[in-house]
Amino acid sequence: MRRRRLSTVLRTAAAVLLTMLFLFPIYWLFMISFKTAEEIFAFPPKWWPSRIGLGSYAVLFKDGDATTVANSLVIAGASTLIAMFLGTLAAYSLARWRTGGEHLANWIISQRMVPPIAVVFPIFLLYVFLGWVDTRVGLILLYTAFNLPYVIWMMRGYILDIPRALEEAALVDGLTPWQVLWQVVLPMSRAGLFATAIFTFVFAWNEFIFALVLTRTEVTTYTVQVTHYFGGQSNFWAKISAMSVLGTLPIFIVVGFLQKYLVRGISMGAVKG
Amino acid sequence: MADLRIKGLHKYYGSVHAVRGVDLEIAAGEFTVLVGQSGCGKSTLLRTIAGLEDADEGTIEIGGEVVNDEPPRRRDIAMVFQNYALYPYLTVYDNIAFGLRARRTPAGEINAKVRQAAGMLAIDHLLDRFPRQLSGGQLQRVAIGRAVVRSARLYLFDEPLSNLDAQLRDEMRGEIKRLHQELGKTMIYVTHDQIEAMTMADRIVLLRDGRIEQQGAPLELYERPATRYVAGFLGSPPMNFIQAELLGDGGGVAVRLTDGTTLPLPASRTPRLAPLAGQPVVLGLRPEHIARAPAAGLRAGQVRHTARIDLLLPTGARTYATFALGGAPVVAELQAHDVSKTGEQLELAIDMNRSVLIDPTTDHVIA
Repeated sequence: MRRRRLSTVLRTAAAVLLTMLFLFPIYWLFMISFKTAEEIFAFPPKWWPSRIGLGSYAVLFKDGDATTVANSLVIAGASTLIAMFLGTLAAYSLARWRTGGEHLANWIISQRMVPPIAVVFPIFLLYVFLGWVDTRVGLILLYTAFNLPYVIWMMRGYILDIPRALEEAALVDGLTPWQVLWQVVLPMSRAGLFATAIFTFVFAWNEFIFALVLTRTEVTTYTVQVTHYFGGQSNFWAKISAMSVLGTLPIFIVVGFLQKYLVRGISMGAVKG
Repeated sequence: MADLRIKGLHKYYGSVHAVRGVDLEIAAGEFTVLVGQSGCGKSTLLRTIAGLEDADEGTIEIGGEVVNDEPPRRRDIAMVFQNYALYPYLTVYDNIAFGLRARRTPAGEINAKVRQAAGMLAIDHLLDRFPRQLSGGQLQRVAIGRAVVRSARLYLFDEPLSNLDAQLRDEMRGEIKRLHQELGKTMIYVTHDQIEAMTMADRIVLLRDGRIEQQGAPLELYERPATRYVAGFLGSPPMNFIQAELLGDGGGVAVRLTDGTTLPLPASRTPRLAPLAGQPVVLGLRPEHIARAPAAGLRAGQVRHTARIDLLLPTGARTYATFALGGAPVVAELQAHDVSKTGEQLELAIDMNRSVLIDPTTDHVIA
């Protein structure tokens, strides 16, 4: 009895310690963003600021740097929506009508295996030709193209897991195939939909290389903006941290709300071949 | 007028010829059971009727109208699936109401119909629950409720009881039959279980390798099987089959088994069988046609035979006793106390009136 309690205590302690270790960089990031310049460079380091100062954030908003977060939101959000819509339709078709035979699905996922750096310059030249450099549409379409294989592959797995009889029952009950997709397939794969959408969004949100090459000033995303604070002479740690916090918050919030779907979605059906 | 008429139906899955030319007519209000071993094409046939599979050849008419090219929703059918096929994210009420809503039934009517169907199936107290909160038997009731709540032309059941345990299955069998009597709808029921077929059907359609082997009323098939397959499929324990030869001697006919035992056949069968004397046959005897012989006086057509009992399977009401006859193990259905232990010698009366003779080359029943 006592032994078991001791092991529980030890395990909990280990878990707390590990969690603290992993969370420390995030904690530190948040703290720096609230500190004054002197506090940031103080030695020995100050574990928490003397007061919560929002000065660094104020600068970002005043200079207009914060709009890059809005750019990221629009671009990642729009490309996620488009990729989810097209990808789910394609996945349904692949899963239920064996569109393209046995190998089309594998070919599609292979498109995800291309190292982005290998195609970044051809795409840049293409975008120059099309006049899409430094436009939202350009990045939205590009991220959609990159995310589509992933969405198709994941959603196909979730859809294959839905018992076919559920769809057949709905067809007999009087639904059209489109209604079946809407009223049966989507509700049945809700957890998978959310999980896939989150990963798709996070990919677009964090994407750096294409954003760096394909944007100039108009639609800079926050990932690119952060790099502007690394200077030759000095690094603007206050801005870097405040910008990073702004860039992290949306993901925190989204994942916080959709956590239960995320866990269920990851653990279900995702490994169907 | 037939409510369902199928002509020359063929269905292929790649190189597999699942349904091989089925002609079938089902009258309005009839309860028809499609029965056969797994892979005989019964489920495929049902799914083709529902429109979930396309017919490769032949026509399907429902209510006089060819529906081959109609999608399931326009065929006006309701179906119960083997694995219930309930929507886990909807309550029992919404599951039952699903088909009515899909067909834009007014809300008040939906409510009345759902409650009526639920009442009929004794699930009215479960309407607010979700499928995951129900037991297997309750799930099956909901699945049936979802079908019968609709006023469809045709009700299809695809092995609806095969996921239930034996006791529940017995109960639900009666329930579905009662439902059919109350509703008077045309129902087609698929099962691999011959007892389900016998107990529930107005008419049994026995399928084998994608063809109809025989169809008719349950007792008709049971008592007058057309082939060895039908004779062996219906009945539990199954009919005993014994290799024999047909003998014709002046006055009458008899069968001689491989061990020399000769069993005379009743005189009424002589005219039909006498010309076939000398031909090898398979003798089919149902367990219930072999009884313990009375001390004296057999009924006409009964033959006395002494046997040593090798195996006893008491079930309470009856005891199934196995003995050797003509080199084959033969099961007799005896009264519970007819025999007390294996190894016992017993006088048996074999009722040759009811015996079946089969041509071993064609497997067709001769008489």
